[in-house]
Amino acid sequence: MNASAGNGVPKIRVRGLHKAFGQNQVLRGLDLDVGVGESVVVIGGSGIGKSVLLKCILGLLVPESGSIEVDGKDVMGATGEARDQALRKFGMLFQSAALFDSLSVWENVAFGLVQGQGMTRADSKEIAMEKLVDVGLGAEVAELSPSELSVGMRKRVGLARAIATEPEIIFFDEPTTGLDPIMGDVIDDLIVKCVRQLGATALSITHDMASARKISDRIAMLYGGKIVWIGPTGDIDTTDNPFVDQFIHGRAEGPITLQTRAL
Amino acid sequence: MPILQPIGRTMLAFMTATGRLSIFTAISVSHCFRPPLYPRLILRQMVEIGFYSLPVVGLTAIFTGMVLALQSYTGFARFSAESAIPNVVIVSITRELGPVLAGLMVAGRVGAAMAAEIGTMRVTEQIDALDTLATNPFKYLVAPRLIAGVTMMPLLVLVADTIGVFGGYLVSTAKLGFNPATYIQNTIDFMEFQDVFSGVVKAAVFGFIITLMGCYNGYTSKGGAQGVGMATTNAVVSASILILSSNYLITELFFAR
Repeated sequence: MNASAGNGVPKIRVRGLHKAFGQNQVLRGLDLDVGVGESVVVIGGSGIGKSVLLKCILGLLVPESGSIEVDGKDVMGATGEARDQALRKFGMLFQSAALFDSLSVWENVAFGLVQGQGMTRADSKEIAMEKLVDVGLGAEVAELSPSELSVGMRKRVGLARAIATEPEIIFFDEPTTGLDPIMGDVIDDLIVKCVRQLGATALSITHDMASARKISDRIAMLYGGKIVWIGPTGDIDTTDNPFVDQFIHGRAEGPITLQTRAL
Repeated sequence: MPILQPIGRTMLAFMTATGRLSIFTAISVSHCFRPPLYPRLILRQMVEIGFYSLPVVGLTAIFTGMVLALQSYTGFARFSAESAIPNVVIVSITRELGPVLAGLMVAGRVGAAMAAEIGTMRVTEQIDALDTLATNPFKYLVAPRLIAGVTMMPLLVLVADTIGVFGGYLVSTAKLGFNPATYIQNTIDFMEFQDVFSGVVKAAVFGFIITLMGCYNGYTSKGGAQGVGMATTNAVVSASILILSSNYLITELFFAR
């Protein structure tokens, strides 16, 4: 895979991103490149702005300054049709899956097809069923309501919804948080499989190192509003970066101090 | 200037809130007129607001009509003016009590439910999910509710008017010794188009206020369960206050001479 992202235009290019909430400066000039077909995982402690990064790229939050390019096109501050067009390239698996509880499981999976692409319900149902099989769920769950599912099942449905429109870029927001280690591993396997199948570019955030190692080509460490280390997944254990060292070994002592305020 | 500071801060907060609400309203209304609309969602909200509010609005209306007849009788009997009861009932119900009481009841029932539903969608990231699936939350969540509120409230109030007048009729004929035929004849004679029409206009405005407040407070809620609870309270309280104050303004517009 294209680990260095040096050749050609990166799929996602973030430069000098600043985002604050009131007095709380969360991102302070963050730079990040994600190459085409590459899977980058951003690690970092809870509440230091990992989700904020994803939300800025998706345009759910508007950063104060910096630039965000997707396929070389500036998407920051895009509205209306331009933003819709940019969003069609994306799929996202939310931390709590964020399934629509007023809709059945298959309607959730088919949502992007019906609303975004104008597909008929019958056609979209067929694709939704295929995607549910892809994530290891059978037809028996299709008519259930999301509230009837376990957390792990919901993540699977969320994954099916994220890949249903066959997006070029998929975001994973803490895909294994709240799952037992075995279910976490199952989800990781599914993520790797689905991303490969689609040939998609993936950007994930997590603080679960097992998950990060498994699904990434490169790992970036976010601290203090910037990427303090980025490198191939294999290098994470050999780097002498004190932030990474402290984080992956889970030590209380080190250069990383605890964030007290939630975002 | 420690005295001026809190005043300034309060003023600024108030201005910010007013500005936010104005922008939210403008965006929401503009989405009601721009395709694509979602007929299925509009229909579902119409059923939710119009049909499922019928019992509570009907009960409110019938007891209000009954009490109105009873109280007017006590008052008017002193002047031997009992015959004015059909007049009082039809005018009060169609002009004021029908729309205002229905509005307040629907604000409690529907406004709260909307704020809670949309607020939960906000804190569980479902609104963000809508957005990332290239679906505008204003178009998908807010516009159908506004359209349903503005169209269903007038119908609901017409039903409330009818039931309210029937409540007055029940008490007057069964308890106060009115002749049923005369009572109905008097009611019809005293019924003015403008009274009913003003009530219907009020209902449409109230429907807009209720759904807007429900959507706005839900949409802007944050901070988990507590935030959703607060959004629900704010939706009902702000809708009720706006209903009562706009009621005065509309009355002034229609009937001030």
